[in-house]
Amino acid sequence: MTDKKSHPSLLGATLAIVQKDLAAEFRSRELFSAMLVFSLLVIIIFNFALELDIEVRRTVAAGVLWTTFAFAGTLGLNRSMAVEKDRGCMDGLLLAPVDRSAIFFGKAISNLVFMLVVEAIVLPVYAVLYNEMRIFQPAFLGVVLLGSIGYIGVGTLLSTMSVQTRMREVLLPILLFPITIPVLLAAVKASGGLIAGADLSEVMTPVTLLIFYDVVFTALPYMIFDSVVEE
Amino acid sequence: MIEVRKLVKRFGLKSVLRGLDFTVQPGEFVALLGPNGAGKTTFLRILASLSRPSLGEVRVAGYFLPKQAAEVRARLGVVSHMPLLYPDLTAEENLRFYARMYGLAEQSARVTEVLEMVGLEKRRSDLVRTFSRGMQQRLAIGRAVIHDPEVMLFDEPYTGLDQDASEMLDEVLKSVAARGRTVVMTSHDLARAEDLATRFDILSRGVIAASTTQAALQDTNLLAYYKQALAD
Repeated sequence: MTDKKSHPSLLGATLAIVQKDLAAEFRSRELFSAMLVFSLLVIIIFNFALELDIEVRRTVAAGVLWTTFAFAGTLGLNRSMAVEKDRGCMDGLLLAPVDRSAIFFGKAISNLVFMLVVEAIVLPVYAVLYNEMRIFQPAFLGVVLLGSIGYIGVGTLLSTMSVQTRMREVLLPILLFPITIPVLLAAVKASGGLIAGADLSEVMTPVTLLIFYDVVFTALPYMIFDSVVEE
Repeated sequence: MIEVRKLVKRFGLKSVLRGLDFTVQPGEFVALLGPNGAGKTTFLRILASLSRPSLGEVRVAGYFLPKQAAEVRARLGVVSHMPLLYPDLTAEENLRFYARMYGLAEQSARVTEVLEMVGLEKRRSDLVRTFSRGMQQRLAIGRAVIHDPEVMLFDEPYTGLDQDASEMLDEVLKSVAARGRTVVMTSHDLARAEDLATRFDILSRGVIAASTTQAALQDTNLLAYYKQALAD
């Protein structure tokens, strides 16, 4: 018989959840398709709305991108946690003898992977439609990564709370957008500066805010996630 | 194996459990019966460490809840009317995932052993969403015993099953109990409970209102006993 009394490590349980989520999504592609189609629609609609005014396009470019990422991210967060709740799988996770913050980290990493894959497809489309190649500079991609980590970190925590309510589809954006204003503002400011031709050193204030936000919303769920999922 | 003293559970101002006392000896199969809203599921969720007691003492397999919840969870298997399975994973992938979450060392061998136990070894590579409700419930039992728990909790495991699936589940439940595990099961199906359990506790208005054993039921049947207990 196997060793039934051993407890998996935080890292082991986190990786198990990530692999499970990626395997399930690779088969169904439900979450990914919804996020990607929504993102492309938003980018294309903005492309027509802004017509050929290059100056306006450059000014609003960062805002268009982060609006797209934020709404697509919300779709993904809702769906990702609903899968756990609807068939009682969240109880299955909570019954495992693991540090419950592993559930947060596992779900957050999966959500981040889905968001980054969508971003990796949306950014080239955006570059072609808007004729904006500066978005491929490493500093810009770094800002996208930092912004995504902050958004998904707080989003995963809040979606764990909202999924337990009847109004989950509506409640998550209501809770999420006010709390993510600092990360979205910092991300828009830093990305906008880089698209306008600024150096990384010139946008260090919003980048520092992004790093601070990411650290806080990685550490905070580690401390409070047990209370969030408890009845 | 399970000891509960003066358990109280409140949701806001509403008390669902009101000073409940409950003891289960190792190897016992206890059927927890009672009307809807009596607090059976709430009680089982507290035993499963999924819900925190408001007051009282709860000890499972020698460990106190909620302080030693991780130790309790390592020794506990839970089956509810929901399968707790991922529909877009295969039967094998589901069990392997839970084996990892319980930190099992020899996962492949254990997964195969459990699939054989619940009669799904030929469907191991099929997606769970293609399974019938009965097959999903058998796999759910496999998931719950993957770590060979000492205590099993079943919350209405027959919900939504047809006659054939229920009979198949009977056999799986008997084999689970036959391994010497301590079992607590809530059910509205008195005939099945009478067939499977060795003791019957009736939960009403937040306390155990009556308790009897299979041996003591010789002269009467469980339905008559149940009706009498609720009438008192």
